Formats: sequence, structure tokens, C-alpha cells
Amino acid sequence: MKQKFDIIESTCVPLPLENVDTDQIIPARFLKATTREESFFGENLFRDWRYNPDGTPKRDFVLNDPRYGGEILVAGRNFGSGSSREHAAWAIAGYGFKVVISSFFADIHKNNELNNFVLPVVVTPEFLAELFATIDADPKAKVRVDVPNQTVTNLATGHSESFELNAYKKYCLMNALDDIDYLLLQKEKIEAYEKK
Amino acid sequence: MNTLFDKIWDAHVVQHVEGGPDQLYIDRLYCHEVTSPQAFDGLRERGIGCFRPDRIFCMPDHNTPTEGQDKPIEDPVSRKQVDALAANAAEFGLTHFGMNDPDNGIIHVVGPEKALSLPGMTIVCGDSHTSTHGAVGAVAFGIGTSEVEMVMASQCILQAKPKSMRIRIEGELGDGVTAKDMALFLMSRLTTSGATGYFVEYAGSAVRALSMEGRLTLCNLSIEMGARGGFIAPDETTFAYLKGREYAPKGEEWDKAVEAWKQLRSDEDAVFDREIVFDAAEIAPMITYGTNPGMGIAVNGYIPTLDDISSEGCQSFCKALQYMGFRPGEMLLGKPVDYVFLGACTNGRIEDFRAFASIAAGRHKAPGVVAWLVPGSWKVRRQIEEEGLDKVLEAAGFEIRQPGCSACLAMNPDKIPAGKYCVSTSNRNFEGRQGPGSRTLLASPLTAAAAAVTGFITDPRLLP
Repeated sequence: MKQKFDIIESTCVPLPLENVDTDQIIPARFLKATTREESFFGENLFRDWRYNPDGTPKRDFVLNDPRYGGEILVAGRNFGSGSSREHAAWAIAGYGFKVVISSFFADIHKNNELNNFVLPVVVTPEFLAELFATIDADPKAKVRVDVPNQTVTNLATGHSESFELNAYKKYCLMNALDDIDYLLLQKEKIEAYEKK
Repeated sequence: MNTLFDKIWDAHVVQHVEGGPDQLYIDRLYCHEVTSPQAFDGLRERGIGCFRPDRIFCMPDHNTPTEGQDKPIEDPVSRKQVDALAANAAEFGLTHFGMNDPDNGIIHVVGPEKALSLPGMTIVCGDSHTSTHGAVGAVAFGIGTSEVEMVMASQCILQAKPKSMRIRIEGELGDGVTAKDMALFLMSRLTTSGATGYFVEYAGSAVRALSMEGRLTLCNLSIEMGARGGFIAPDETTFAYLKGREYAPKGEEWDKAVEAWKQLRSDEDAVFDREIVFDAAEIAPMITYGTNPGMGIAVNGYIPTLDDISSEGCQSFCKALQYMGFRPGEMLLGKPVDYVFLGACTNGRIEDFRAFASIAAGRHKAPGVVAWLVPGSWKVRRQIEEEGLDKVLEAAGFEIRQPGCSACLAMNPDKIPAGKYCVSTSNRNFEGRQGPGSRTLLASPLTAAAAAVTGFITDPRLLP
């Protein structure tokens, strides 16, 4: 959903696995929907890790662990690899996450998150390792993501890093504008290009 | 001193967005039924149409059943999605090759086959395997549904320019080693994120020697190394493949096009952000043992041990082996196989069926193995029949099904049951990819055929 980003301060949900692919984020059988109801996708986020085949919750999966919650998902490196399905970003947004922190994102998924007003924050492996340790020690530990200043802070340790976000996308996120709004204003330039 | 990637990309830049990405003009948008309905909804909500409908081609492939395509799809949810694509294409004035139409098939098989995909083009689709079309010398990449909507609305996409990488594979491939093995080998060396952020140009004598079908397989799997896309500079193999196909230029236009396409190559002194060279002779028939495509080994090799894995990777590695029911350090050769799947945008082309038939000929499907042989398009299926491969395969106990994505991601009825092992020529071995609980071992059509006739994992080189 289009929303304006500013400063987000929240507890985190840790998922310390590497190479989490979009088939795990949302399995293919949930891609048959022809609408974009984020709540439907959110309910099925990490479906096969989160629920048994009979629909009962798997107790050992982090989303079913009452100690953890918040608007920030913290994941191992190479998050969102594989299929280009934007449904994965819809599921993450639909569950209520606004930020995903990892040391590395797959390209297509990263764009999909940005296009759905979920902010992918790339941190160093050291920052990520420390953050996992912090959350492990205290599930109520908080992180601050400051979009205007492009910084991410582990409030338990005070350690802070800056993260990349290009000026155009930052403007879009802070003003709830998407790429199509922009492109629709460029018709003349596109037609001029076509005549070349 | 430009790379071919620079040349094609830069020629399509409408403008650089200040402080941001490039606005890139797109020559072809392909749509399938799964990742397009919400984009069409978006256009309706904004009250706009498609900006350049003649550049957009649609076909259902993910949900299509592989038998009984003359009848309506049984699963009402799948049927609704396939029907939605047909209705949307009609409403927005787009070309649509419907299910059971002689022109239908997997979009990444049909695009090159009809020469809709041509050298020098920019091509996108809401599907990560769009990289396949790079085999004709195009810049082709997968995108999300919001980006599909962008292209529908403006024929452009906002995209940061990826870095460039050249992977050269020099020398000759050994007997029984295919383009699929080449790709699985690259993934095992580079990992599934080794090429993230890059667009890959494949080069070197072993790549040049590949047929178009082999090149399509290699480029198809670029995304499995994390690359945005991969391509091969067009050459005589490319031109011979495209000539005379439905959407290829004709007559004088063809000659002019070929002259222009011959210029599509990286300059001698082009500088790549990263360049890697491999020796083709190092590559063996490959198979995967884990739950991402980078977890591959030679078919006669051993699964890594915990000593080979980094400490951060241990949890993922152990989770993968537990899921697959394998132990560190063991061999896969001789392990029993329940299912074999030949097909997908990776290996659903005529050459793949020829390869499979070369091993099946004079042998018989092992009892207890369920084999699904799914052509990538109706055209491939017609060619199988014209070449008599269907007779060879039927005599060996195999049947040819109707085209679609099928068991690659199990959105249609072709699902591998939980706990069962499938040697699959598709592109992903993720947990549950071929059905909840399914266990996938990725391999070439030759290795898949060897498993199908013996009933266990077999080195295809031992079945001459």
C-alpha cells in the first residue's frame, strides 16, 4: 500500500536463514489469485514453514512464537531469491512488515518490495550478526530506521549504519508516490524516443 | 570500448531520472496469467489503456493442465486466472495465444520459436526466467507485477543499470555433458547470489558451440545465479535459427537486420565489472542434492560435508539436507527415484526430447517410476511427432503430454507428492516447488532419462 515513510522504530522478527527464496515466502499455489488483497497473501506468508499440512501452526516457526513481533523482518543473506513473484512482497506487506533488514537481497524481489512500500535495508554482515544476537538476547529489543537520514540503528547497542536509497526512490517513499505516477508524466519524452 | 550489454541498454534509455534509475524503453512485454491480472486491474483503476498494445504478447502457461486441454480446466481457481488473461487481452487489444491454440506453449519457449524475441531488443515479462530470451542476443529480464503495469502504461520501466559480467567457457564439453550441466556447474561455483546485481554475457568457444536450444537453456538459468539476465552475442547460429520464423523480418528487411545484428558484440577492449573463465573439460553431468540450484555436484560426486560449509551457511545447509533426506558426504548415485520430469522453459525444447529419446531408445521405463514428458509448446510437440520421437518414447513406455509449465512449479495438476524424489529438468529445487513436501533433484534431460530407465540416480555416460 502507498504510504509515507519517515522514521520507523519497532521490535523485530528474526529469520536467520540464508537464501530464503520467494517460493518459501509465498508458495506457488497461492499465486492463483487474480486480485491484490494483501491480507490474503499476508495470511499465507511463509505458509509451509508456518503451518502444518492440516492448517495447525508449527510451534517452532518464528511467526508463531509470541515473543516476537513488530514491523521489521530481519533475514539472512540473499533474501528473496528465485521467482519474480510480486506476491512475495504483497505477503510481506500484508502481514504488516514495513522494513526488511538483511545483508543482501535478490534484485527482483528488492524492486518488488520498494514498489510496494516495503523498505529493504541492506546492512553489513557484522551489523546483521549483532542484530540477530541482540534479538536473541532480548526479543523486545528495538531498531530505528530513519529514512530521511538513511540510517539504521540497533537501539540496544547503539550501533548505527547508513543504508543506500537513491534520491528518486527516497522522494517516492517519503511522499507516497510510485513509478507509474512518474512514468505517466513522461509521455512526450517516450514519443520523442520512439521517433528517433 | 563498450560491452554489448552497454550498447543495447544505452540505446534504450529514454532518460536518466535525476538521482535515480534509467527510464528504459521496452521492445517486448510478454504476459502470462499469473503475474498480470493485478497489473490490468491497476490500469483500470487509473482509467488508462496499454500505451503500445502491439508490443505486448500474452499466453497462459503456468496453470494449463498437460492433458485434456480441449476441455475446460477442472480447477475453478486456475480456470478463472486463465480466463482472466483472455478477457484482459481482449479488453486491452493485445495478441493472445490461448490454451490449446496451436501457437500456445510456455512463453519462454514460444517467444524465440516465433522470433518474437530478436537480437538487440529489450524484453521483459513478469517471470524471472525471462532471461531465456537473452539467447538470441537480447537484453531480457524478469520483473514484478508493478513493473508489468509500468510497461503496459508507458512501454518503459524505471530500472537501475546492472553491472556487467562476462563468463567465458572455453574448450569442449565432454560426452554426456549438456548446456544444463554447464549452467548447474556455474551455479555450484558462483552460488545462487554470485551474479546478483549483474547482467551476464556468456562467451567462449564452448558457448559458441551450443545450439540455440542449448543457449536458451543456459540463459534461462542466469537468474539462478542471481543475475538479472544473461545473453549471448548473436552469430550465424542465431541467424540460422531465426530466419524464416513467423515474426522475423522477411526479404530485404531480413538482410538489413542481419547486417545490423552482426554489429551486436562487445568491443575487443570492452571492460567488464567482473570476468570469469572456466574450462569446459572440468564440467561433468551435474545433479543437485539440496534446496537451491547452487547446491549441485557431479552426478558421480559426493555431497559436501559440514567442514566444507561456512558457519553462517550451516543452518541453511542442514535444513536443506534434512528436507531432502540426505546425509553430508554421501553419494547420490544409486539412490532410488520416484518421478522424472522432462520439460519446463529450461528443457522443454526439441533437442531436449531428442536427448531423452537417445537414452530411452531400446530401453524401457523402470517399473515404479512415474515419468512426465511435457513439451514446451505445441510446436515442439508437433516436431516430436514429425521426427518420430513419440514412437521411440512410447515403445519405451513413455507418453508425451500437452504443453505448459507443468511440474516445474505445480500450479496445474502435475504435483510431486510429499517425500517423493523427482529428477527434474526444470530450474528450481526449492522446498515444495513441485508440490508441498516434494524433493527435487535438478539435472539434464540425459541424466533424467538415465534415472527414468534405471529407477535410480545414474551417470548417463554409463548408458551409451
